Amino acid sequence: MNDVIDTLVGIAPGSKLDAIRAQRSEARKHAQASYVSLFEPRDRGGVTADERQAVAAFVAGLHGEPRTNAFYAAKLPAGLSAAVAAAVAAAGSNGPYGRFPKGPLSAEDAPGPTWKVSEAGRKALGPRLAAAFEHTHMLVFHPRDAAPPSLQRLLDAGWSTTDIVTLSQLVSFLAYQIRVVAGLRVLAGSQT
Amino acid sequence: MSDKTLTPPPHTEPVVFTRDMLDWLPWLEPMAEQDMTERHLASLVDASRVKSPYFRLLARDPDVLEARTRTDKDIFYNPEAGLPRAERELAAAATSRLNGCIYCASVHARFAATYSKRVDDVQRLLDEGVGAKLDERWDAIVAASVALTALPIAFGPQHVDRLRAVGLDDAAIADLIGAASFFNWANRLMLSLGEPATQG
Repeated sequence: MNDVIDTLVGIAPGSKLDAIRAQRSEARKHAQASYVSLFEPRDRGGVTADERQAVAAFVAGLHGEPRTNAFYAAKLPAGLSAAVAAAVAAAGSNGPYGRFPKGPLSAEDAPGPTWKVSEAGRKALGPRLAAAFEHTHMLVFHPRDAAPPSLQRLLDAGWSTTDIVTLSQLVSFLAYQIRVVAGLRVLAGSQT
Repeated sequence: MSDKTLTPPPHTEPVVFTRDMLDWLPWLEPMAEQDMTERHLASLVDASRVKSPYFRLLARDPDVLEARTRTDKDIFYNPEAGLPRAERELAAAATSRLNGCIYCASVHARFAATYSKRVDDVQRLLDEGVGAKLDERWDAIVAASVALTALPIAFGPQHVDRLRAVGLDDAAIADLIGAASFFNWANRLMLSLGEPATQG
């Protein structure tokens, strides 16, 4: 398939940015391989395709970068569109926030909310995805607040340890991919 | 049998950003070395990483780990053109400082200090945070990393202009975007799957 970052940035073959990305051909190839291994995996393990796309659409919605948001929204199963849109609308925030370990850094604490899925959202998403969305919100906006109880809530909702690794990679990869797209689009628009 | 979170053994939690070597203690069970197949071992890329609980945990999804690692290595280690290694590491350290990843910041502050030989400036970034005044070039790199890390993402043409004004060409700016963005990936894994510990 086409390189997702190139497509979303709008990098044409032979353009200046195409040449610049070609100088980091391994990073380009393996950023794409990361995408494929998360969204078209050889082995889906315990995380369904719908779960992967639902979390991705939620992450992209929270970041608000228009191209990636449209890309992942278009891949969302129709039955989940309304629930994901409602979660994005309810969960938006600024980041990164969170607390530091108690000590000198406490002066820099920027406490903020731990977001919970609404009752209606929980019904629409089901307990497994609802738990994943709550964890995802923390990972996106306030990752330094992470603690074992947030992982325990995923385990309690039926995510295995291996599933959690995949979920964590998926959200964290998107935090990378979306920023690369946003950054390279700015650079592409600043060509002299 | 359902999985459980791990309770790390007694340890001292670092409470400041530091260039010291730290340990990392997982909150979920890494793979046992004897349970790892050839595919799992290959996903580590560097065989020595089998000693790392972080990489043995991520090896549970080997295809993603291998792709992540090969992305990482090219962004930071590829010596061809672009941003000097010291400043790729500076972008990683600044991103980690803002997100609050004490472990990641320690590793990449050490690298930034080693490659730039500007130990005091790197330490001031750790001590004072991303608002520390370093010099025009480093301040522009830190500010761009911060703008890429913030949500909503605040990176704009003014950052590109400022980076060009301090001597970065477009290949160097693309490297900066890669390095800061990559640490938004790495920070989230290190912060959410375990915790740092002081060594010794």
